[in-house]
Amino acid sequence: MEKKVSLWQIFTVFAKIGAFTIGGGYAMIPLIQAEMSRRGWISDEELPDIVALSQSAPGVMAVNISIFAGHKLRGFKGSVAATLGSITPSFLIILAIAMFFTAFKDNPWVVRAFKGIRPVVIALIAVPMVNMAKKSCKSWLHWLLAVGSLVLVAFLNVSPIYIILCVLVIGFTVSYYGMKKEIPGQARNDGEEGR
Amino acid sequence: MTTLYLILQLAWTFFIIGAFTIGGGYAMLSLIQNQVVVEHPWISEATFTDIVAVSQMTPGPVGINSATYVGYDVLYNATGSQLLGVCGSLTATLALMIPSFIIMLLIVKFYVKFRSSKLYAGTMDWLKPCVVGLIGAAAVILILKTTWTGFSPTVQVVSDNFPDWKSWVLLASAFAASYWGKVNPIYVILAGAVLGIILY
Repeated sequence: MEKKVSLWQIFTVFAKIGAFTIGGGYAMIPLIQAEMSRRGWISDEELPDIVALSQSAPGVMAVNISIFAGHKLRGFKGSVAATLGSITPSFLIILAIAMFFTAFKDNPWVVRAFKGIRPVVIALIAVPMVNMAKKSCKSWLHWLLAVGSLVLVAFLNVSPIYIILCVLVIGFTVSYYGMKKEIPGQARNDGEEGR
Repeated sequence: MTTLYLILQLAWTFFIIGAFTIGGGYAMLSLIQNQVVVEHPWISEATFTDIVAVSQMTPGPVGINSATYVGYDVLYNATGSQLLGVCGSLTATLALMIPSFIIMLLIVKFYVKFRSSKLYAGTMDWLKPCVVGLIGAAAVILILKTTWTGFSPTVQVVSDNFPDWKSWVLLASAFAASYWGKVNPIYVILAGAVLGIILY
């Protein structure tokens, strides 16, 4: 690590990681580990911390991981190089598809294929939801929050942004006073860390 | 002038989406959908579903991929110019990442303090179930459309996504394959495409 890593090298390594990550943030972790430990850029003990932090910050996890890892190597410039690297392959691929797809959208084969794909996509959105629910809904209050947000957004057309803002303020306030008074049962946080 | 306005609107919309996404790519989908399907009449439910499908099948995070695609579509549909479409996808993708950048750089600075903060963990304990609901809503909106006239709601099935009973069977089998069968999403989507060609 004594030798300074070049920005170009950061860019290319992350472009490689980005090109082979299919299916989002979690799929990226083994690739990051392989590419970065091999070069001695991060240690195996650091990775869980990076992942935990990237999960908790707003935005897409893969981008957050790139920002964090790039920053560790070369500061701000490093995080820019890593982020641009990790999104460039998918950006180019999506752009190509977007340009190409408009021309083929009305092809009968494509239309039929997408008729089959659409319900499948919705199932694939539901699966991570169920997995997250199993992990983070542990009390009636949690379920109320989950079901309440769903109903407000899906049926009452409330913007998710307002819901996040409200719950952020309520959660922060409750946790703050809970900490001050040490009321048991509020803001339970054990078991939530280190995932 | 209207094109420039549209680009600025796109940048602002995706900046906000980036700032309010907690819980990763699928949570981001619910925000993108709310902004580009519900708030702004930029994209239809059916097209959005297609975009999500393409984003899941291609490399890279689902949220970023959808933003790239939506950005292209919004400007291309409004102007008919592919070059402006590219501008749109660049705008949406970069705007989406700026909040992460600012926040991650702050976190890196105060990293140790932040991680062990009880206040943070307590707040997240409230937010996580909410994110579950938001992802659920993203799925529900692609299935059911609710329109309000005064205080009486009308709930309809989104017929572009669910034209007949076969769609429901596909939904259920895809869920089973992915949830219990742990089949890779790419294969589930490919199977959906093949079945679509066979069934329709």
